[in-house]
Amino acid sequence: MKIAVCIKRVPDSETRVKISADGKSIDEAGVKFIMNPYDEFAVEEALRRKEKAGTGEVTVFCLGPAAAQETIRTALATGADRGVLLQVDKPPTDPFEAAKLIAAELKAGGTWDLILFGRMAIDDYNTQVGTLVAELLGLPCVTAVSHLDIDGTKGVAEREIEGGIEVVDFSLPAVLTTDKGLNEPRYPALKGIMAAKKKPLEVKPVQPGGGAFEVVALTPPPERKEGRIVGEGAGAVGELVRLLREEAKVL
Amino acid sequence: MKTLAVLEQRDGALRKVSFEVVTAAGRLGGGGGGGAVDAVVCSSAGIEGCATAIAERAKSGGYGAVVFAATATGKDLAPRVAAKLGVGVATDVTDLSVDGDTVIATRPVYAGKAMLKVRVLGKPAVISVRPSVFMPPPDAKASQVKPESLSVASPGRVVVREIKAAPAGTLDVAEAQVIISGGRGLKDPANFKVLEELARAFGGKAAVGASRAVVDAGWRAHADQVGQTGKTVSPSLYIAVGISGAIQHLAGMRTSKVIVAINKDKDAPIFKVADYGVVGDLFEIVPKLTEEIRKLHG
Repeated sequence: MKIAVCIKRVPDSETRVKISADGKSIDEAGVKFIMNPYDEFAVEEALRRKEKAGTGEVTVFCLGPAAAQETIRTALATGADRGVLLQVDKPPTDPFEAAKLIAAELKAGGTWDLILFGRMAIDDYNTQVGTLVAELLGLPCVTAVSHLDIDGTKGVAEREIEGGIEVVDFSLPAVLTTDKGLNEPRYPALKGIMAAKKKPLEVKPVQPGGGAFEVVALTPPPERKEGRIVGEGAGAVGELVRLLREEAKVL
Repeated sequence: MKTLAVLEQRDGALRKVSFEVVTAAGRLGGGGGGGAVDAVVCSSAGIEGCATAIAERAKSGGYGAVVFAATATGKDLAPRVAAKLGVGVATDVTDLSVDGDTVIATRPVYAGKAMLKVRVLGKPAVISVRPSVFMPPPDAKASQVKPESLSVASPGRVVVREIKAAPAGTLDVAEAQVIISGGRGLKDPANFKVLEELARAFGGKAAVGASRAVVDAGWRAHADQVGQTGKTVSPSLYIAVGISGAIQHLAGMRTSKVIVAINKDKDAPIFKVADYGVVGDLFEIVPKLTEEIRKLHG
């Protein structure tokens, strides 16, 4: 199986976000970057599909700054075969611009049996680049996949929706975006980390278009007003209920 | 601005969030320039077929904006439609306004640790709105919303075979007005029955949520997880029980209208975001609260 996995370098979920002086982006000083957690499921699924098929190649694509080579190496260390960095100074604000660059590169790479993305990135929360790429390539797409069966060119995927699970039939080749629950991502072993250093990683500088999203401001979330401790133990419940009724008016 | 509202229905009935989509679309209509809101719904199991039908309707209608709900379905559909229109989606928007003929959208990023305000220059602007934010006015009548049902020429290559519904009576955390979430402080998966009883006392409008720790431990389903790698919720009342308040959890619930925390550790970070806190043993506090809520709803 020839599989493409598209990953993103994002700030660690534990990061305290500091807004930079321009008021439009985050201050990256001291921020630890990781592979987007949802992309770990995509990498793992690609490796499992290749292992199951007994043959094939897993190529990892990343649109990001030079430092994202490290993110690609992480994927190579878990078993991916080669990496391509579409290098930009800064990923575009408009996800459609990101999708155009990734789609063009995938198209140049020929045909893929599967193209995998994480269902969303935990920095910009755009939740769409995989779908946009599928549309640009004219491929079927299933999003937020938490269970997957593939038999030849027929696939069945499950995705969580509000109040249930949607079971979706689709045909391959396809673009899938992966959700938590699909698999349990492996950790890179020392041997894999050493091997990853020798695997091919191509760096291609690309130039994103201006896009249709103009950042007006990035601001801290509205502060919640100071709360209070109502009391201790079951004895405080009466007062809590009174406050919820009379002050907060939610009961 | 002339706006197209894309509604959702299941089992033949419009979903609650659809009225929020109409409300959000109306917000754009109010910005001047003739603010008609047209509503459509597509009930085909063919996801690609629906995307094509909606995109064609959006193109032919000359809309300035197309508004979806940022639900599992909306987040799946909106980018398909947007790509056909040659634009990206402003996802999970929590505030909207119109400036001249462009939409200004505000949306949480970095797990709610920052708010990004963008001017959407795409024509049309494609937006999905976070559920439970754009609430319809209390006097709005559901019967006033009559969406046009779009017909689908061909279902396409991605087709919903079935929906395995959650057991009857279970409300999804993303849609509940009241959420009672439990964390490690519950000590054992069986103890979640204490929270389920409290949820029942609210008479069908409450759901039980969970922290990442207890989902990772296999105590609760991922569908119940609130937080950065789970669901983002904005209920009118969020009760965090035995949850310390890790930054990933706060990301998923900090936009709740009222937050109550019940925890034995008075220094737990959850108390910093809670409007009301009760310190102590949850196994004494929660049953007492259940009894009081039952009396109110009795």
